[in-house]
Amino acid sequence: MPATYYQRSGLRRYFQETGEVWLFARRFFKEALHRPFEGKELLRQCFIVGNQSLFLVGMTGLIMGLVLTLQTRPTMEDFGAEAYMPAMVGVSIIREIGPVVIALICAGKIGSSIGAELGSMKVTEQIAAMEVSGTNPFKYLVVTRILATTLMVPLLVIFGDAIALFGSFLVEHMKGDVSFRLFFNKVFRQLGFGDLIPATAKTFFFGFAIGLIGCFKGYTSKKGTAGVGRAANTAVVVASMLLFVLDFIAVLVADIFFDL
Amino acid sequence: MEPLIHIENLYKSFGGLHVLNGFSLDLYDGENLVIVGRSGSGKSVLLKCIVRLLEPDSGALEVLGQPVPQLSQYEMDHLRTEVGFLFQGSALYDSMTVRENLEFPLRRHPEKMKGHDVGTLITSTLESVGLAHTVDMMPEELSGGMQRRIALARTLILRPRIILYDEPTSGLDPITAKEIIELMLRIQEEYHTAALIITHDMDCARVIANRMIILIDGKNYAEGAYAELSMSPDPRVRAFFK
Repeated sequence: MPATYYQRSGLRRYFQETGEVWLFARRFFKEALHRPFEGKELLRQCFIVGNQSLFLVGMTGLIMGLVLTLQTRPTMEDFGAEAYMPAMVGVSIIREIGPVVIALICAGKIGSSIGAELGSMKVTEQIAAMEVSGTNPFKYLVVTRILATTLMVPLLVIFGDAIALFGSFLVEHMKGDVSFRLFFNKVFRQLGFGDLIPATAKTFFFGFAIGLIGCFKGYTSKKGTAGVGRAANTAVVVASMLLFVLDFIAVLVADIFFDL
Repeated sequence: MEPLIHIENLYKSFGGLHVLNGFSLDLYDGENLVIVGRSGSGKSVLLKCIVRLLEPDSGALEVLGQPVPQLSQYEMDHLRTEVGFLFQGSALYDSMTVRENLEFPLRRHPEKMKGHDVGTLITSTLESVGLAHTVDMMPEELSGGMQRRIALARTLILRPRIILYDEPTSGLDPITAKEIIELMLRIQEEYHTAALIITHDMDCARVIANRMIILIDGKNYAEGAYAELSMSPDPRVRAFFK
């Protein structure tokens, strides 16, 4: 009996929360399209989101490029196909590994930060204080943050991809004496619009999902300081899962339109 | 005389918990009305209903002659500039300096500047709470009493006609609490505001109240001046004055 009860209440909570996220997203679109626009705060949030993740994304990208090339090279050599290394690494990073890994890093860094910040503002009544001063806190806090992540995550992914390719080049240069120009010629000769457009387009959705879930969890957090921790934690978990779902959908859609 | 706040038979419940059970009050211009009640008796819920942070279940609720539950969001935002709210925990924006905290509501309601520039308004308001030197400090650098004063300055900068105080002296030492009470009285004189004060601090009530309401079981249990209520033979009323 208790197991059935918990399963049922867990399932109900899941559907209830999915509905709440949906309503939250709908409110975002409604508020984002109406004046007044918080342009200054949006720029500030873009700077915070980009600046606070730049080093982490750069390091992740570099290690991703180094490791991927170091681990793949011996196998490619066995087949006498080391000349294809730049093309293979380029396609893997640009199409799939770069966007997904960097978006996951952003979910951890940015999503948790937004969840914790808004959660603590809620608990300390700062959001209520904004509301009673005649300011729309949703527009000021939520709309700006979701827009900032939607705009900045794609830029961070492009930056991370570039660093990853550079890391791959370093290994190729050391092991195979490949020049910078030759390496990047081979990379870009292999890449087409079918690789670049879907890979870039999906990062906007990744950024939106990270901002949406972070803001939702923080803005609706309850139960005091424990709720703040829970908001930060669940923002990362839910956003990460959502990224995989979105990636799967993006691959399906890209397959239809670009015949991957 | 028309009341600034008129509440009649206000009901609010959360699930099966009935917090306000037909509460009524009238707040008049220039008056300090103190509401006392036990913890969980619905005092803070009442304040939140007045500024529509919570929606009442039923009853009449008018602020400056406008029916709060029926107002559009735009109308409500404008009404809120006439009603200041001092939160129990100050609720200063901790990512902003004192100057930015005060600027924040002003930038969104430029009509409230009335020809003055932002800097002058901030300086004069901070001077009136005695903290002009903290203008570039962050909230975390201020003591609890200073934070309460800055929160009051942020409320005053829009020049409201009514100020709602939620436990203005809670968590403060007796000396700082006394300073806050004196500041509240001085502000009322200087800015000609009416105040609705929720407190457990009977010293605060004694000094500041023109009139008091005792809230028990979600409704008005007793009403009168401090001296009158403190002499009441009713044990439930006397319990507050021990």
